[in-house]
Amino acid sequence: MAVAYPFSAIAGQEEMKLALTIAAVDPSVGGVLIFGDRGTGKSTAVRGLASLLPQMRAVEGCRYGCAPDGDTELCEAGCPKMQAEGGEVPTHEIDVPVVDLPLGASEDRVVGALDLERALSHGEKHFEPGLLARAHRGFLYIDEVNLLEDHLVDVLLDVAASGENVVEREGLSVRHPARFVLVGSGNPEEGELRPQLLDRFGLSLEVETPTDLDTRIEVVRRRDAFDRDKDGFKQTWQDEDDKLRRTILDAKERLPETQVPHAALRRASEICIQLGTDGLRGELTLMRAGRAAAAINGDPEVTDGHLRQVATMALRHRLRRDPLDEAGSTTRVERVLAELFDGDAESSGEAA
Amino acid sequence: MDNAFAQPDTDRAPPQADVRADTRSGMVSDARSEQEQSASAVWRDALLALAIFAVDPPGIGGVLVRARAGPVRQRWIDQLKARLGDFGPIRKIPLNVSDDRLIGGLDLAATLQTGKPVASKGLLAEADGKVMQIAMAERMEAGTAARIASVMDHGEVRVEREGFGQTLPSRFGLIACDEGAEDEEQPPGALSERLAIQIDLSTVPPHDTEGQEAKRARAVQLARQRLPHVSASDEILNALTSTAQALGVQSMRAPLLALKVAKAHAALSGVDEVRQDDAQVAARMVLTPRATQLPPPPEQEEPDEQEQPEQDNSEDQQQEPEAQDQQAEDQQAEDQQPEEQQPEEQPEDDGSGSDDEDEEDAPSAEELAETVLAAAQSALQPGQLERLRDQMGRRDQGAAGRAGALAKSRTRGRQVGIFRGEPGGSNRLDVMATLRAAAPWQPLRGRTLPGKGGSGGKLVVQPEDFRIKRLKHKTETATIFCVDASGSSALHRLAETKGAIELLLADCYVRRDKVALVAFRGKEAEILLPPTRSLTRAKRSLASLPGGGGTPLAAGLNEAWVLADHANRRGETPVVILMTDGRANIDHTGGTDRTQAKADAQAAARRLRATGITALLIDTSPRPRQTARELAGAMGGHYLPLPHADASALSQAVKTAEKSL
Repeated sequence: MAVAYPFSAIAGQEEMKLALTIAAVDPSVGGVLIFGDRGTGKSTAVRGLASLLPQMRAVEGCRYGCAPDGDTELCEAGCPKMQAEGGEVPTHEIDVPVVDLPLGASEDRVVGALDLERALSHGEKHFEPGLLARAHRGFLYIDEVNLLEDHLVDVLLDVAASGENVVEREGLSVRHPARFVLVGSGNPEEGELRPQLLDRFGLSLEVETPTDLDTRIEVVRRRDAFDRDKDGFKQTWQDEDDKLRRTILDAKERLPETQVPHAALRRASEICIQLGTDGLRGELTLMRAGRAAAAINGDPEVTDGHLRQVATMALRHRLRRDPLDEAGSTTRVERVLAELFDGDAESSGEAA
Repeated sequence: MDNAFAQPDTDRAPPQADVRADTRSGMVSDARSEQEQSASAVWRDALLALAIFAVDPPGIGGVLVRARAGPVRQRWIDQLKARLGDFGPIRKIPLNVSDDRLIGGLDLAATLQTGKPVASKGLLAEADGKVMQIAMAERMEAGTAARIASVMDHGEVRVEREGFGQTLPSRFGLIACDEGAEDEEQPPGALSERLAIQIDLSTVPPHDTEGQEAKRARAVQLARQRLPHVSASDEILNALTSTAQALGVQSMRAPLLALKVAKAHAALSGVDEVRQDDAQVAARMVLTPRATQLPPPPEQEEPDEQEQPEQDNSEDQQQEPEAQDQQAEDQQAEDQQPEEQQPEEQPEDDGSGSDDEDEEDAPSAEELAETVLAAAQSALQPGQLERLRDQMGRRDQGAAGRAGALAKSRTRGRQVGIFRGEPGGSNRLDVMATLRAAAPWQPLRGRTLPGKGGSGGKLVVQPEDFRIKRLKHKTETATIFCVDASGSSALHRLAETKGAIELLLADCYVRRDKVALVAFRGKEAEILLPPTRSLTRAKRSLASLPGGGGTPLAAGLNEAWVLADHANRRGETPVVILMTDGRANIDHTGGTDRTQAKADAQAAARRLRATGITALLIDTSPRPRQTARELAGAMGGHYLPLPHADASALSQAVKTAEKSL
């Protein structure tokens, strides 16, 4: 595996880094979509994230890297977790998987299929897990997600919704858990995303190349340094990466205790009503992302500040298409945020 | 239709590939001799580009060669071949390469022989450490380009196909030959983005290429050894990055690729430190072709200081008026663009910006940045400015210039099922499915484990195992709305058409269709929406639709035919939806002779029929009219009176018409 460009060495792109960190802290925000021009460091960020994530505990001997909890519903026969029957399960630390779904992957590799080798040499049917199984409890990354073949998109939608992968082919009948954070990146010029798939992503980003000359020079300088000495460069940024890793770990720990007060829930609903987002997924994502942001900051409860920080990324892809409004969705969200928050700030200022 | 790469006319300014070689402020009367000079300068540059590329093919990514097949291109490639050394020989990527071949898959012969699944390497893995060539890159599918681009980014190819999951090294350089005839045909953006050098050989006459040789293979070889030791100062990074920004090059890959080119050039010149001239060459070869705007003009307060030390720059200013003389349209662009740019950062600001960081010798850094920018700017070709303005215009509307071309063909033959059958002819064997079908039966068919007799460990495949791929290669439909925007009902009609277009596009993910809109009114027809499947883009283009005026039906139909013809050539199926009351009153010359107008409309309609384009005429007049019906007949299309068409009825009608294809 080639050395990945360190995540913390990415100059600028703060929103993208925050969104990926949030997804690492609370996978239940439901995936990150990164849309933007070419050469903005989209894939670099995702690949950098992979080497940054803290390890996690998993059942030893489990093919799917399951968590050592009491849930055995999807376990295969012979899984150590089943055999333990609620008792002590042997565990070990494993890397959080960040699985790349390359374009041109065939369906059998994605969902898993008959292990051909064993079928051919022993004449026996044996299930070989696919990429979805490998991504369980981690990230599934699709670059150029808008170029993904339709039949694979269908599979992904189904699995992402249910958290389990059901394989019924060649006489095999297998169910296994597959809960992962879907991370997609793409260039909107190459075509839009199916609305159903768009809806699957909790957070969506629009990244642009930095326009500030100093930042641009910094990007070039760091990349040049990286290209010349990959290991050395990684060493230089190790401290920063470690710091971020600790932040993620701390935030993960704090997350269950981080409170979402009634006022914050109310505020989240207000934002969503004002924007006219479809369904309740918007509010839910906004609340979860706000909570993760609070945990990352080390704050005990979610405040307006946190909501404001994440509202754009949580909602910009949930707006109803309005043929008459020419403004981009980012502008629309920000307009509403400014109305809601700044208006209140003024009135509360008057009251004081 | 003008484009930047058209053969130069004698009355047009020649490409200024190397202005410094020619320090006179060119006069129009000198155009001919300049053209010859610059043609050979272009060729010299191309040879330099070739040597630079040969030094570091994977790092530089590749060369986008704009040229048709011919002696010039062939000579260029021959010279490249002779200098590639270990990076040769050049492998070719066929345009319609399948994923099996490109990425890799199952090797059937070997698999059947050994009885074990054997992977076959794809082209991308085979080409590790080599140089590959793509002919007609402008016709490559976005999907194929994205696969290649992803491998170029990571230096390895990930295979997740047909029972194999592996990662193989794949670092290569790419020569993409762009033979596109029109601006609309562009190589996929994902690809050209990653090819550092872009050269244009289309203006080089063959006789100019004789007797000139690029640097010798030995020099390239030495440069390759030197390359790892070449470094670049912060001033150089600064100069390349600020030049990229001044030219409006957004992608961060561009300055990075320019840096690689500068380093390779330095290595060729036998130095270990990138110098000014290396950066200038890099800016000219990498940044100039990607320019989207003119650099901001020097500050007006100190015009004298600017002009004297910057000869290239001042001369460039003089050349622009020259171009203006020949192309009146350019005038506007060049006059306006600098003004528009003024609020943005000035070069002086850029220099002082780096001042604050860590540059002690600020003046030299600033000078360097300016000289590099001047070099890049002087290589801007007059034709490029025109195209540039064109793209900027489109960008102003919110859609990037190349979006249409990029999104053009994505449909691959998609496997929709497997059935039992005999391979051969048009039946393609599904290897995996066949082996899968055979695998479970092996013990019964007398195959035992290897070395224990039986069939000798080989797989026994019987005819009943054969599985055939069922591919569904759906051609895209390009629905072209041709809307009568004249008269009083125009506004209503346009609004409903707009609604219908949005309904159709909302549906296009499933149907993979494109939609275009031509409106005609007054004296002419206008393409309001070029073929697109992007709802966002459509919405922006449809924001303001003008209405009222005469009915130039013939002009509208002609414009629709042109779009339909293009769609046909792209392998799409065009459908023309004409919405009118059929009362033409403007003929093809813009005259108001009704009889002539009607005849012209009939002729245009017959042309649609002759080209075999499916058409539907929606009669929008309150009472169905005979003229409209006749026109539909001439088009060979369906006739549908729909006096009060609303958006959903309209999109329904269109879908019905398309189903009958």
